[in-house]
Amino acid sequence: MMKNTRVLSLENISKRFGSVVANNSVNIDLYRGEVLALLGENGAGKTTLMNMLFGHYIPDSGSIDVLSFEGQMEPLTLGHPQASLDAGIGMVHQHFTLAENLSVLENILLGSEKIWAWRHNRSNARDKITKIMNRTGLSAPLDEEVGKLTVGERQRVEILKALYQEVKILVLDEPTAVLTPQEADTLFENITAMTKDGLSVIFISHKLREVLAFSNRIAVLRHGKKVGEIPTSEANERVIARMMVGEETIENPRKKMKIGSPVLQLNGVSSKGDSTRTSLNRTNLTIHKHEIVGVAGVSGNGQSVLAKLISGLAEPDSGELLIDGKNIKYFSPKEMQSLGVGRIPEDRHHDGVISAMSVAENLIIERLHDKDVNNKGFLQNKSIKKNAEELIEKYDIRGPGIDANTALLSGGNIQKLILARVFECMPNLILANQPTRGLDLGAANEVARRLLEARTRGAGILLISEDLDEILELSDRIMVIHDGSLTEAIDLSREAIGLMMAGEKA
Amino acid sequence: MIRIEPREMPSKWWTIGIPIISAFVAILLASIPLTLAGANIFEAYRQMANGIFGSTFAFTEMLTRATPLIFTGLAATIAFRAKLWNIGAEGQLYLGAMAAVAVGTGLIDAPAFILIPIILLAGALSGAIGMAAPTYLKTRFGADEVVTTLLLNFIVIIFLQMMLEGPLKDPMGMGWPQSEPIVDNGVLPQLLPRMRIHAGLIIALLTAGLVHLFLSKSIWGFKIRAVGENPSAALHAGINVKRTFMGAAVVSGAIAGLAGVSEVAGLRGYLTTDLSPGFGYTGIVVAMLAGLSPIGVVISAIFIASIFVGADTMSRAIGVSSYLADLVVALSLICVLIGGFIARYKFIRTNKGNV
Repeated sequence: MMKNTRVLSLENISKRFGSVVANNSVNIDLYRGEVLALLGENGAGKTTLMNMLFGHYIPDSGSIDVLSFEGQMEPLTLGHPQASLDAGIGMVHQHFTLAENLSVLENILLGSEKIWAWRHNRSNARDKITKIMNRTGLSAPLDEEVGKLTVGERQRVEILKALYQEVKILVLDEPTAVLTPQEADTLFENITAMTKDGLSVIFISHKLREVLAFSNRIAVLRHGKKVGEIPTSEANERVIARMMVGEETIENPRKKMKIGSPVLQLNGVSSKGDSTRTSLNRTNLTIHKHEIVGVAGVSGNGQSVLAKLISGLAEPDSGELLIDGKNIKYFSPKEMQSLGVGRIPEDRHHDGVISAMSVAENLIIERLHDKDVNNKGFLQNKSIKKNAEELIEKYDIRGPGIDANTALLSGGNIQKLILARVFECMPNLILANQPTRGLDLGAANEVARRLLEARTRGAGILLISEDLDEILELSDRIMVIHDGSLTEAIDLSREAIGLMMAGEKA
Repeated sequence: MIRIEPREMPSKWWTIGIPIISAFVAILLASIPLTLAGANIFEAYRQMANGIFGSTFAFTEMLTRATPLIFTGLAATIAFRAKLWNIGAEGQLYLGAMAAVAVGTGLIDAPAFILIPIILLAGALSGAIGMAAPTYLKTRFGADEVVTTLLLNFIVIIFLQMMLEGPLKDPMGMGWPQSEPIVDNGVLPQLLPRMRIHAGLIIALLTAGLVHLFLSKSIWGFKIRAVGENPSAALHAGINVKRTFMGAAVVSGAIAGLAGVSEVAGLRGYLTTDLSPGFGYTGIVVAMLAGLSPIGVVISAIFIASIFVGADTMSRAIGVSSYLADLVVALSLICVLIGGFIARYKFIRTNKGNV
């Protein structure tokens, strides 16, 4: 093996966005023919780091050196994707960047053909791609339209495109997030074949299992800092998990509770929602008082429609939805509020708060028609202020003050604001959609504690999360969503649920 | 390299000081074209000041010019706060003026304290309908209100021409396309003898105060701000976004309609197609200069009216083109927009060597 040749070196890379430090003096080396796994929780700075490597962002400080074709380490021109491409760096994004109406061949050639040429001689290109496919085992139907391919095939097209441009370093950003386990296994076989040719791969993931199985070396990022680096042969799940999370997770004490009457019933509900996402097919779901039901699944399998239904933003096309035994006919967010449904939205910045309005205003936005807020059409500033002062105390919302714009709060404090708004209304049913995504451990534990508290009080909670650990920790029952269908998980082992998430029978 | 970051807490002095400094910079910049036009700068500015503050008449003329701008500026402010782009204040102004003429030229015979409110109400209603219609098309079919409100301006003007040649035409008007005059009881009272300044200014100032209260203290104002800042979060929180758009549209259109009433019943007395030299469009500039603050609208309307009136006087006195007035207004808008950017963001020099 030629593993001793260094092909890439990132030195002291730092990047800030406003007051948020995305990367803090990160050093990473990459050697020829190796697979380096870049691990970290959401928001740890993995993607930012790779975007700097690829010229999408300019680092605030630090330098990047790449092995040139002459065999020298040369500094990379920062902030120019073309320079990165010329240096032999290719990136396969989590969200593909293919033109759906063009064929696979055209997509692969896109960007490497001259636009103004009279005609394109594609037979040479076709030969070259066929050779690459034979060598690596990656295969794709060259004349098919990309729009007709499966997700796994599209990813192979992305990788082929990078290989066609003769990359030496290939960055894969969460390549398995959208793949079934079988597709993922094929991908890893292909990667292994490619590294034998001397390709170096940086592989971003937060799935420990595949990282342990397929990488040579592991680097872990936390809060923008590199907190550890070990050869995969010396690593195990526990070691890496501790590096990623930093401290042992605090167990939320919970006791078994006797469930009460149903608060939410979905009987054969189908809903299209907006056409771009997966729709919900004849779904049955019941949530009782004193119960947390977790919905696990790979994102994009119908979670958003389910959440929209319960938020009042979508309606069932068929089937019935009952809240507290009452059949709901009219769907709007206001209607859901008046029925006692508390909603923690998935995208807290986009749907949760109005960042240009004050903390106090955001705390009452769902209660505009309550007597203590609304006096004959006018805002009751005194009681709004009092309410805000009480809630920032009670929920420990830290920021510049109740009159400051919500934009000045950190993500965790914005989530606490939303929690305060939701839990103060004493909802019977709570929709918690990705409630801890992107939060630090302290804030995440706070969310968990509040949810358990609401369960004790008698609320029914629907917890939608991509974080299986969170689901396993908090849920009384677990449902798995795949391709718009919900199935109850009987076997609560990680493996069984993982298989169900991929659409396999457990 | 210079890094640009939002200021966390723009200070009060900063937000008030920046527009004033910008206005001065604009006037300084305007001296360049003035010099090119061959004018003596000091004489030009002296004449300009003279045109604004030189006499009671000059000052009241300036305030008379500011009156419709306060109305249209407020109309733009309310709509823009909801991110509803009402470019149609010009048309709504004429709709208001038409309604005023329709009820105020003899249709109703009543004493002034009854007739004037009726005329105001009719104008406001008419303007409100003029904005409600395109907003309905927006909420129902997704028609872009920038396009519909802008094009409606031309439709309204052509409709007005038709009306002035037909039903609204003054039989005593010697064939000119103009309406009958507003009856005496319908005319807004003069504020000072022998001056053109009229009660429209008082109504405009009252409206500014009410709009300020409406936006900052009322539930409707809260909803308008919420929808304007983040419609999806507002929707998620249970605010009816479409209804809020309609509410903002009705208030915005009504205030633009009042601008027309004020001009026709306070100043001209009768309606022609040249009632407004683009007050509706200038209102957008007024609102942007004021940073969409209703109280700021009063100040920026007076500022812009001063520039217009002052530049008019200047051009007459020293013989340069009055288009220079438009140039000064344009320069001041650009300066204030840049100033606003400086007020909101800070510039940090970063060491180039490290990058």
